[in-house]
Amino acid sequence: MGNWHGRDVISALEWGRGDLMDLFQEAQEMEKHAKSILHILDGKVMGVAFFEPSTRTRLSFETAMLRLGGRFIELGGAEASSLAKGENLADTVRMLDSYSNIIVIRHELEGAAKFAAEVADSPVINAGDGAQNHPTQAMLDVYTMWREFGRIDGLSIGLLGDLRYARVINSLIQLLSLFNVKIYLVSPPSLRPRNELMDFINERGIRYAYAEDLNEVIGDLDVIYVVRIQKERIPDPIEYEKVKGSFKLTIDALRNARNELIILHPLPRIDEVDFAVDYTRHARYFRQAALGVPLRMALIKLVLGGVE
Amino acid sequence: MSKELIISKIRNGIVIDHIPAGRALVILKILRLTGTEGRIALVMNVDSGKLGRKDIIKIEGKNLSQDELNMIAIIAPTATVNIVSEYEVKQKFKVELPTKIRNIIKCKNPKCITNKAREPVVPSFTVIKENPATLKCDYCGTYNSLRDVESQLVMKQ
Repeated sequence: MGNWHGRDVISALEWGRGDLMDLFQEAQEMEKHAKSILHILDGKVMGVAFFEPSTRTRLSFETAMLRLGGRFIELGGAEASSLAKGENLADTVRMLDSYSNIIVIRHELEGAAKFAAEVADSPVINAGDGAQNHPTQAMLDVYTMWREFGRIDGLSIGLLGDLRYARVINSLIQLLSLFNVKIYLVSPPSLRPRNELMDFINERGIRYAYAEDLNEVIGDLDVIYVVRIQKERIPDPIEYEKVKGSFKLTIDALRNARNELIILHPLPRIDEVDFAVDYTRHARYFRQAALGVPLRMALIKLVLGGVE
Repeated sequence: MSKELIISKIRNGIVIDHIPAGRALVILKILRLTGTEGRIALVMNVDSGKLGRKDIIKIEGKNLSQDELNMIAIIAPTATVNIVSEYEVKQKFKVELPTKIRNIIKCKNPKCITNKAREPVVPSFTVIKENPATLKCDYCGTYNSLRDVESQLVMKQ
C-alpha cells in the first residue's frame, strides 16, 4: 500500500489502477467497521478546512477519522475564524499544518488544494476545488460501481446533467480512463464537457458518445450517473433557467432500462431525480453516500500509513 | 535602382527575424519599446521564403532576457534571434518555448487560485501546443490560448 503513504490527494490523475484496487480492498475491509471505532489512528488529528458548503463530504471525512480512532479540528465558518479578519489561504493552511497530521480542504477557487499542498508539509486531501476536481467523490463513485458489479471493465456509463461545471465529472472521467468502459455524455450541448476534458477523453482513447436525450441510450446503460445542474457554477442566469429541469430522471424514463441498471448521484439532489425513483430497484445513491465513510476511512488510513 | 527596402545594419544589438507577418508591433510592446530608446528598425510584411510574408525588428543596444525570449516564443514561435556585435552576427538561434512557463503571464480563469490577491502563488503553465501557443494552467487546468496571452502581455505594458 506504499503508493498512498504520505501523499497528497489533489487530483484523480495521480493514481493508477493498482492504487485504486488497493484502496477498494481496504475500503471493503473498512465496511465491517462502519459502526465501530478502530484504534488505528489514535492520537492523530485531521484539520478540516471547508471554505464552501458541504454536507456529505465533510461529515463522511469527519466520521471516517473518528471511526479510525483519530480526531479532527475544524476551521469555523468565515465569520468565526481569522478569515473574517482577512487572513490569506496560505497562512491559514500553515496554521492547520502545524496543528494536524492531515488536512482536508474544500475551496471555491480552482487549484486551491494544489496550492495548499505546496504550502503544507502534512498530506492534503482535496475535497473539491471550484469546478475542477473532486477526487475522493470520484473514488467513491467508482468504488460503488465496483461493489455493485464486481468489476469496472466493460461497463457502459451514462453521465447525465451538467457535465461542464460539475467538478466531479472531471475527476470521475479521469478515474474511469483507467478502465475499459464506454461513456455516454447526456446533456444539453451547452453543458457538454469543456475542451480540456474532451481533449483528455480523446487522448486516452476513452470510448464515448454524446446524447441529448436519455431515452436514446438508456437501454445500453449499466450505470446512470446524475449530476445537478449547478446554479452557482453557471455564470449566466438566463442559461441556467434554460437548462434547469430539462434533465430530470423519472420512473417513466426508466421503462426501457436494463434490470441491473444502477443510478448514482453524488447528492444533494434538487429535482433532477424524482423521489419516486428512490423506491425502484435501480436507486443506489443512498448506498453510494453511505459508502463514503468506509472509502474515506481507507483513504485516510492509507495516506497516514496506519497499521498495514 | 533596387526596389527593395534598404535598412542599414546595426552595430550592437539584436535582430529578430521570421516574425509572423503583423506581429512585430506586439513584440515591440511586450519588449516595452516605445520608440524613444534609440535606433529601431521595423519592417512588416516583407517576402519570406519560409513564411510567405514576415516581419523583422532590429534594435540597437538591446539584450534579451530569458523571460523576454519566452514571451517572443509565445507570440512569434517561428522567430529567429540574431545577436549582433560590431556589425557581425555573433549568434543566431530560433526561439524555443520551454515546456513550463512561470510568472510572465496570468491565468485567464478568474476562479483560479493564482489570481487571488495576497497569496504567495506563482502562476505556472505547461505548454501543450507551440504554434499557435496553448498553455495549460498547472493550477486550474484551464487552457490559455495565444489570443488570451497576447492581449494580456500587451495590456501589461
